[in-house]
Amino acid sequence: MSVNLDLSFLHDTERGAASTKYRDEALQGVSNSVHASNFTAPAVEDFDAFQREVINYVKPAHGTTTLGFIFEHGIVIAVDSRASQGPYISSQTVKKVIEINPFLLGTMAGGAADCQFWQRNLGIQCRLHELENGKRITVRAASKLLANTLYSYKGRGLSMGTMIAGWDLNGPGLYYVDSEGTRLKGQRFSVGSGSLFAYGVLDQGYRWDLSVKEACELGRRAIYHATFRDAFSGGTVSVYHVGKNGWTKVTGDDVGELHFHYYPSEKIDEDSLGGLGKKEAEERAAAEATAMET
Amino acid sequence: MDVVFGFVGYDFAVLVADRAATQQIIVQKSDEDKIAVVDGTKIMATSGPRGDCVAFAEYVAANVRLYRLKYQHELDVKATAHYARNELATALRKGPYQVNALLAGVDANGPELYFMDYLATCHRVNTGGHGYGGMFCLSLFDKHWVPNMSRAQAMELVDLCVAEVCERLVTAPTEYLVKIVDKKGVEVIEYDATERLAKRREVQMQAREAARQAAARVGA
Repeated sequence: MSVNLDLSFLHDTERGAASTKYRDEALQGVSNSVHASNFTAPAVEDFDAFQREVINYVKPAHGTTTLGFIFEHGIVIAVDSRASQGPYISSQTVKKVIEINPFLLGTMAGGAADCQFWQRNLGIQCRLHELENGKRITVRAASKLLANTLYSYKGRGLSMGTMIAGWDLNGPGLYYVDSEGTRLKGQRFSVGSGSLFAYGVLDQGYRWDLSVKEACELGRRAIYHATFRDAFSGGTVSVYHVGKNGWTKVTGDDVGELHFHYYPSEKIDEDSLGGLGKKEAEERAAAEATAMET
Repeated sequence: MDVVFGFVGYDFAVLVADRAATQQIIVQKSDEDKIAVVDGTKIMATSGPRGDCVAFAEYVAANVRLYRLKYQHELDVKATAHYARNELATALRKGPYQVNALLAGVDANGPELYFMDYLATCHRVNTGGHGYGGMFCLSLFDKHWVPNMSRAQAMELVDLCVAEVCERLVTAPTEYLVKIVDKKGVEVIEYDATERLAKRREVQMQAREAARQAAARVGA
């Protein structure tokens, strides 16, 4: 039943030992910083206390709503754009969709810096994979690369909740990856403090055979309702669509404008407000004007 | 709150796990597979943070496979269990894997089930469960499990356990995965509790009705 396999590559070979010298020479001064293990932990005695202290200097921007779902014609990603630090809104124009490459999108929830840095890092790894193998990386592999990186930093204070969406030879792919090391494949995800509200709208409106237009509207609507209920979400709703030719940005709408688009206010009948009626006010103004002239 | 349990039968072992991936109060996914196939005749159900579970299961599976390739000799279930336990024990002193596991498999010694938790306990057991869901099942196993159960009897017992979990556990999941391992391989059964329990109730109702009619006939 068993076959004889050449497993010599499992051990340190002589060839390997001989070439180490040349490799070291060639790599002198070259930093291989794509690899996660090149970041060392700070040299302090009590790492936990150190971390508790410094986390105050770089408080992560919490509060976000992001969502993504797969349907018949690809994937829709929709996000808000608010960043808050405690009770203070620090920005209304954060770009929470990270464009890793023309076929891969990442979303941002949790620490903004963590998400941006590690997804840029993922972009590097994906490009290297492309150069080494001569073909684009799959969404499955890309998400696993990120998950492995994050898992190796588990417990070191990273804060990320991200979705990796893209199109590869297997069709559309959507993965949820977080800083706990979790990686889930799925059809429908929402991440962030407003995710519960977004799920409400998303789940009831979702169908597999949604058209691209309907799907984008569903994503936009779900984020809008999340921004309405969640104080930590707001700004603009960005909607992306991922198809077989890569992603496109569909819309970016201010939630304030969206609100009056969805719920236009009724025209105010000034006479009914209890003040001077419109007619009377005009008469008075005219009277005052003539009084001024004379 | 994963629901994970399992037991051994005549020439097979059964593992059952729910399929929900949760984050605090959100069910992120209800088609997750928590029972990893270590090799053709060994399966391992894990409960705990998903990241740890996946990393641990993949690590064990890869090393069991590597051992087979390297030494052209397959680890039996006991050896695999002790290997996994040793990894848990090593990890315990440096940021542990928060993984509780049930390892089931069949080898020359017949079907075996091993209970392991993140503190690196390891017991060979006939029946076992993890988490609150598992606790409900333990008493049912004590009452209903018998040696050398048939597959039909085993599925009856699975029904009984899932019914109990659904009745008593807050936020009980409805989707489960049942994996049965024997010397030929692993059989996977997708188990929808709502559907399955409704059918079960129907059968019970019919049986009761039949009994009542029979009693009436005897009376007449």
